[in-house]
Amino acid sequence: MRIFDPHIHMTSRTTDDYQAMYDAGVRALVEPSFWLGQPRTAPASFFDYFDSLLGWEPFRAAQYGIAHHCTLALNPKEANDPRCTPVLDALPRYLVKDSVVAVGEIGYDSMTPAEDTALAAQLQLAVDHGLPALVHTPHRDKLAGLRRTVDVVRESHLPPERVLLDHLNETTVKEAADSGAWLGFSIYPDTKMDEDRMVAVLRSHGTERVLVNSAADWGRSDPLKTRRVGDAMLAAGFTDDDVDQVLWRNPVAFYGLSGRLHLDLPSPAALHEGNSVLRGGE
Amino acid sequence: MTATREDPDDHLHEAAEAWLHDALAEAAQAAAAPPEPTSPYVSASWELRFAAAGRHCGPRHADFVRTLLLRTARADPDTLTRLYRHGTAAERRAVLLALPALVPGPEALPLVEDALRTHDTRLLAAAVGPYAATHLPPHAWRHAVLKCLFTGVPVDTVADLPRRARHDTELARMLRDHADERTAAGRPVPADLHRVLALTVPPEES
Ligand SMILES: [Zn+2]
Repeated sequence: MRIFDPHIHMTSRTTDDYQAMYDAGVRALVEPSFWLGQPRTAPASFFDYFDSLLGWEPFRAAQYGIAHHCTLALNPKEANDPRCTPVLDALPRYLVKDSVVAVGEIGYDSMTPAEDTALAAQLQLAVDHGLPALVHTPHRDKLAGLRRTVDVVRESHLPPERVLLDHLNETTVKEAADSGAWLGFSIYPDTKMDEDRMVAVLRSHGTERVLVNSAADWGRSDPLKTRRVGDAMLAAGFTDDDVDQVLWRNPVAFYGLSGRLHLDLPSPAALHEGNSVLRGGE
Repeated sequence: MTATREDPDDHLHEAAEAWLHDALAEAAQAAAAPPEPTSPYVSASWELRFAAAGRHCGPRHADFVRTLLLRTARADPDTLTRLYRHGTAAERRAVLLALPALVPGPEALPLVEDALRTHDTRLLAAAVGPYAATHLPPHAWRHAVLKCLFTGVPVDTVADLPRRARHDTELARMLRDHADERTAAGRPVPADLHRVLALTVPPEES
């Protein structure tokens, strides 16, 4: 089973996770820039974070035979902090980088006017840079948030087929699908979706334009949830081809819209030899 | 244009050639009349090409294309420093590779020192090139060699290694201490370590 995790925050994960992901079949991932749990107080703090998503983290991933790409943006939470909003002015400098495959995560957190502004501005940045957009839907007041998100996308110049609406569930999938966007589902140990509910959604909505991710980060989460969904799909009677479409071909097609996906990596065995980075960067 | 001479099949494809042609024209224009930066966030057009070279020419050709752009634009130390600081790891690598052709003096050493502080072997390998061989002071140079041994960067990557290693008794001491530490830990001593150690002693004295 080859797996592309289209949404995972590897900065918060260990090398054991990378190894376990490789063993489970993960060969590619996208790391969206997001909230770090602790508020940032200056744009420079974002720039160092972006640099690490463009430098050290892809290097770490490559040690384990996993291709690493990223999406960059000012996230919805910190879009409300005037100390952070100058990041919007600096984004064009970063969005030209080779391994940036979308603008994201953008979207709503508390649905404030500042979030409206940041979302619209960043959808336009996606248009300007020929990139698709990863749009997260809010955790609180989800259906209203989805509707407002779809409205803003419709008013933007970015066509819906270049938008991935993420963190969907049973209550939001229908309207999200009707919008013409790609459909992302985050599988979590106890919040968001679980693998059996995911299989039920796939039964009723089919596998087209559906992406499944672990959204694993610094919270309670599991980087192997993509694999669990693949196993649950097979157990429920889906074919290997269905699994491959959801776990590989759909994410490749969506992020491939950027024209910047590069998926062939040397095998990790070649890199492991004599490399102390794997032993913790002595 | 052929990107590498070693591999005759390894040419840039047609669209990449056209892209590179335009990019080089923009870089040449910048060399003739350096544009005045208007904001810290706005880049000259050839600098955007520098960032995008990997996807337009293919990752295998990226080093070659980026260093060619830097030389064509005759990037000065300020520009190189800015491109390094704003660059991805691949862009930083290209800046390091271009230093010997573009900076005659030691002013770009802070970039080499920055790269040597990382654990990214792509950057370390680019940092120990001819520019470091010419300008890096002895203490930093010895640590760079040791870091290559630690991180698995082949010492053949270190430019001018035989000349700089010769008679370097301090380097020899560091290598022997490192070998002792490995042996005490029950770990193998890398073959590269013995090769460098042999270079510290001129043949007539060995
Ligand atoms: Zn996320």
